[in-house]
Amino acid sequence: MNPAVSTETGQAIALTLQLAACTSVVLLILATPLAWWLSQTTSRWKPVIAALVMLPLVLPPTVLGFYLLVWLGPNGWLGQWTQQLGWGILSFSFSGLLLGSIVFSLPFAVQPIQVAFQAMGPRPLEVAATLRARPMHAFFTVALPLAKPGLLTATVLSFAHTLGEFGVVLMIGGNIPGQTRVMSTLIYGHVEAMEYAQAHWLAAGMLVFSFGVLLALFRINRPRDRGQP
Amino acid sequence: MNAIPQLRLKLNLQRPNFALDVDLSLPSRGVTVLFGPSGCGKTTLLRCIAGLERAQGQVILEDHVWQDSTLRRFAPTWQRALGYVFQEASLFEHLDVRANLHYGLERAKPQAGQALLQEAMALLGIAHLLDRRVAQLSGGERQRVAIARALATQPRILLMDEPLAALDPERKQEVLPWLERLHERLQIPVVYVTHSVDELSRLADQVVMLEAGQVIAQGDLAEVMSSGELAQRLGDEAGLVATGTVVELDAMDQMARLQVGALGIWGRDAGFRLGQSLRVRILARDVSLSLSQHDDVTIQNRFEGVIEAIFPDRHPSQVVVRIRCGQHGLLSRVTQRALRQLSLQPGDAVWCQVKSVATIV
Repeated sequence: MNPAVSTETGQAIALTLQLAACTSVVLLILATPLAWWLSQTTSRWKPVIAALVMLPLVLPPTVLGFYLLVWLGPNGWLGQWTQQLGWGILSFSFSGLLLGSIVFSLPFAVQPIQVAFQAMGPRPLEVAATLRARPMHAFFTVALPLAKPGLLTATVLSFAHTLGEFGVVLMIGGNIPGQTRVMSTLIYGHVEAMEYAQAHWLAAGMLVFSFGVLLALFRINRPRDRGQP
Repeated sequence: MNAIPQLRLKLNLQRPNFALDVDLSLPSRGVTVLFGPSGCGKTTLLRCIAGLERAQGQVILEDHVWQDSTLRRFAPTWQRALGYVFQEASLFEHLDVRANLHYGLERAKPQAGQALLQEAMALLGIAHLLDRRVAQLSGGERQRVAIARALATQPRILLMDEPLAALDPERKQEVLPWLERLHERLQIPVVYVTHSVDELSRLADQVVMLEAGQVIAQGDLAEVMSSGELAQRLGDEAGLVATGTVVELDAMDQMARLQVGALGIWGRDAGFRLGQSLRVRILARDVSLSLSQHDDVTIQNRFEGVIEAIFPDRHPSQVVVRIRCGQHGLLSRVTQRALRQLSLQPGDAVWCQVKSVATIV
């Protein structure tokens, strides 16, 4: 392997991990209140919001990428707005890639957290209220700790799912080395250039890594033994 | 005269197929049991007091207005100084016993709260459980910890929603003595929901009977239990409940004499000591009537009294007779035929023969 290739690979790996990590963190912060709202609300807007959250799951990533590209571009409403704020144009940049990843992985973050909140039912928060805990305090000291398995699943799934995204990245990232070229697009590049050996190494690496991450998740989230002393 | 401090409840809640409509004043001391069949609204009423359900009306504890719809005031649960014990295990699974107990303490006045928690822990016998995980506790232990946790918040009232209902009979017997100790020691009023007559007769000072969301009777335990009007509803459980003192022990026959007001009642000696105070139940079905005193019967307890009133019973062949014996109202369940044959009427003097006495420590 020549040095140029390994630098290119290293950059792609670093960028991919960075993107996945940032996406997970932002999604955890965004998805938790959203999942809480969805688990508690009786609002008639709930089905609409729930459907919107799930949309990235069924849409072709290219559709998502296409709209983001248009909206983030110089004439798009998001693009106009980011320019006014002095952030410039986000398409073909890491920020744009991050935004795309967040939207793309949103259902993977919201769903497990929402299920965890729903599974605990209203009782723990009622108990907290009878123990004089304000709703906000009860949320942080009771609801969040009880939803920990869901939060962990959400984080790991958004991380792993971001590693594997391709369509959105290609549409709004543009595969620029060192800036928006991630593992999945790099593999695609290798295959196009008939460099099957490199493609094999990267593909196998991702397979093993993703499997390892999910295995770790399921081991940690195993129900605990509940034996008597 | 100052108004007696109390819990004022005037609540109205409309649900599909159910309406709660109560207007009650409860005393500020002792245990008030909300009693009735399942679905009568007793748990809903308790949840309304706690603010867990939003009903129309008033909830006023002494000088604290917790809610008053005319003033558009509704204090959320966390602003109401109450302790609440739920029917099923309600301990936080992510915390150990100690952290569960301290959860409510954080917001109580620290000094007094600590002392109160120590007292509650001693009262409920849970000091040895502090470092356990919640999953390692038995059902009875969980409820005792939950009660101590509720008491540690220095509540002005303790609300308990069938705290024993989810326990098997053995565990129930394990927790009941702790509740009785609580009853003796606690300075704050307790509102206790149950459908078990056993818990009612062991713990209640006052009873509120509910049916289909309405109050059908309220008063002292003895009064309500021996009121003939309710005999139909109470069925086999109708009868006198009173507090007595052990005044004599017969070691040879293993029997004990209990003084209940003017009545001296012989019963089984279940390891009592002299001077011990206990509750006695005399069920209507265990009391028979005669016009003269007989000495040639096996029945040990015979009391003279006057018929106060006669009430219809569930089955048309039966009636329930209330007999005044001193300050107590005994109930007797007899047949219509016997009533006619002896031509018994209110005002008649009769002898009550008590077949058996249930004593409750």
